[in-house]
Amino acid sequence: MISKDEVKHIAELARVGLSEKDIEKFSKDLSSILDFVEQLKEVDVSEVAPTEHITGLKNRMRDDLVNEFGNEKEIVKLFPEERNGYDKVKSVL
Amino acid sequence: MIRELHEKLIRREITSEKLTLDYFDAIEKKDPEIFAYLSLTKELALEQARRVDEKIARGEEIGLLEGVPGAIKDVICIEGTRTTAGSKMLDNYLAPYDATVITKLKEVGAVMLGKTNCDEFAMGSSTENSAYGTTKNPHDTSRVPGGTSGGSAAAIANNTAAWALGSDTGGSCRQPASLCGVVGFKPTYGRVSRYGLIAAASSFDQIGTLTHSAEDAAILLSAIAGRDKMDATSGDSFDKKFEEYLTGEVKGMRIGIVSEYFKKLAPEVKKLMEAVVEKYKKLGAEMVEIEMPYNKYALPAYYIIQPSEVSSNLARFDGIRYGMRTNDGEDSELGDLGSLGDNNKTLLETYLDTREYNLGAEAKRRIMLGTYALSSGYYEAYYIRAQKVRTLIKKDYERIFKEVDIILTPTTTSPAFKIGEKIDDPLQMYLEDIFTVTANITGVPAISIPAGKVTVDGKELPIGFQLMSKWFDEENLLRTADAFEVSQV
Repeated sequence: MISKDEVKHIAELARVGLSEKDIEKFSKDLSSILDFVEQLKEVDVSEVAPTEHITGLKNRMRDDLVNEFGNEKEIVKLFPEERNGYDKVKSVL
Repeated sequence: MIRELHEKLIRREITSEKLTLDYFDAIEKKDPEIFAYLSLTKELALEQARRVDEKIARGEEIGLLEGVPGAIKDVICIEGTRTTAGSKMLDNYLAPYDATVITKLKEVGAVMLGKTNCDEFAMGSSTENSAYGTTKNPHDTSRVPGGTSGGSAAAIANNTAAWALGSDTGGSCRQPASLCGVVGFKPTYGRVSRYGLIAAASSFDQIGTLTHSAEDAAILLSAIAGRDKMDATSGDSFDKKFEEYLTGEVKGMRIGIVSEYFKKLAPEVKKLMEAVVEKYKKLGAEMVEIEMPYNKYALPAYYIIQPSEVSSNLARFDGIRYGMRTNDGEDSELGDLGSLGDNNKTLLETYLDTREYNLGAEAKRRIMLGTYALSSGYYEAYYIRAQKVRTLIKKDYERIFKEVDIILTPTTTSPAFKIGEKIDDPLQMYLEDIFTVTANITGVPAISIPAGKVTVDGKELPIGFQLMSKWFDEENLLRTADAFEVSQV
């Protein structure tokens, strides 16, 4: 069972604001999903390596070149808050 | 369908412009009831169509897709068009670039009619998670079209597009195809570049197709497949023309089935699946009973790994760089944020509010689940264990594909369910993916083909069956699917 306090903690880590009602609902939902995945514990995985890439692709190298995007103006337009062509971020200190 | 329209274009029975306008008329008349489309790209479509008409008028040769109108799931970026991924978070997002698949479709002259509805950030099985409303199933409007590519599937079933692109993370092309009576195809992981696809879960995501036939899926795949420097996971396709492999022949093909899967189905659905098996036998395929002991763990493993990747991918939606920003000026209901909130309260409250008000319930649920599974102390027990189980499932498939060429299963356990029936029970909704999810867990290509119809509450509802082949063997997969459609036995 995932307690309401645990839900709050996870929400903080995930930076998702939740209402009291949501917290209650997610406590129930997450618990039922985690109960469902519990069956993975039956599987003996002691000698098994975790999957890293499903088709077994290895490192793919390319030249480290700068490619112009060419449409920077449209990206700047998407900034929620812009100043002098820069994305304005809230104070972090 | 695509070849038929192509023939009409080159015989000059219709112009691409007229064909495109006819589709827009159909959308105007028939889409309000179904709501397959979120936005239309009329100007772009007509411009594309006229260019093809000029080529035809000059007597130049045109490709199969050239001038043929289709729809694009709203998780794929088309430059200058609104691309929402079904989320309020991207309500104001105008894509500043084309996805690689769009660049490729533009190169071959395909006409794009508009963007189709989907579950928010491609998570769900019904389109009920779209922030813009639910798409209805054209076979019964009280039912869901499936999801997440429900808009694309419904557009095909409603004849408001000749072809459509979708994306498939756990069954999102195949499950709606099954419920809408159309063909849904997920290529091998890496077959199609995902540059410009809004990411859900990166180790599963693959762009796929919704079409009227397996041949149409092959024609589309030929246009969009191939290695792309913008997606390091994409593989070579050597400019293969997949439609040229459709010989209608499956003689000697070894098709694996798991009888246990059929036993659990409702009698009417079971009968349809048995008829599919019989038809393949008549066509000369050899049916082989196979065992996949780890398959039953695919769904639980998926619902650890997928949310984990989602929690990471959706972290970018924070109200800082693009998309919606919300700050209600009030303290978050999470209350005392401890050390998190000491120095950067405004920034933190912006994150919390932006994500609280602009993400829907399912997106939040998966972010929360993934954050939990990846958090310190649980990472080994959940995420790493699930990735180990994934390895075992993949080994099952490697072994089986030494014995058989194709695996045949149902696509879904039942036809379309009612709108509202499963939305309050996330686990029931997740179980919709039970047959489709293993192709994403293992990366193999898979396709859903209409098996027939069953009667539910006096309505005829379609349901599909699924074929899977080994990695990068779309030739055999599409050939087997096409043979079922074109052969009369």
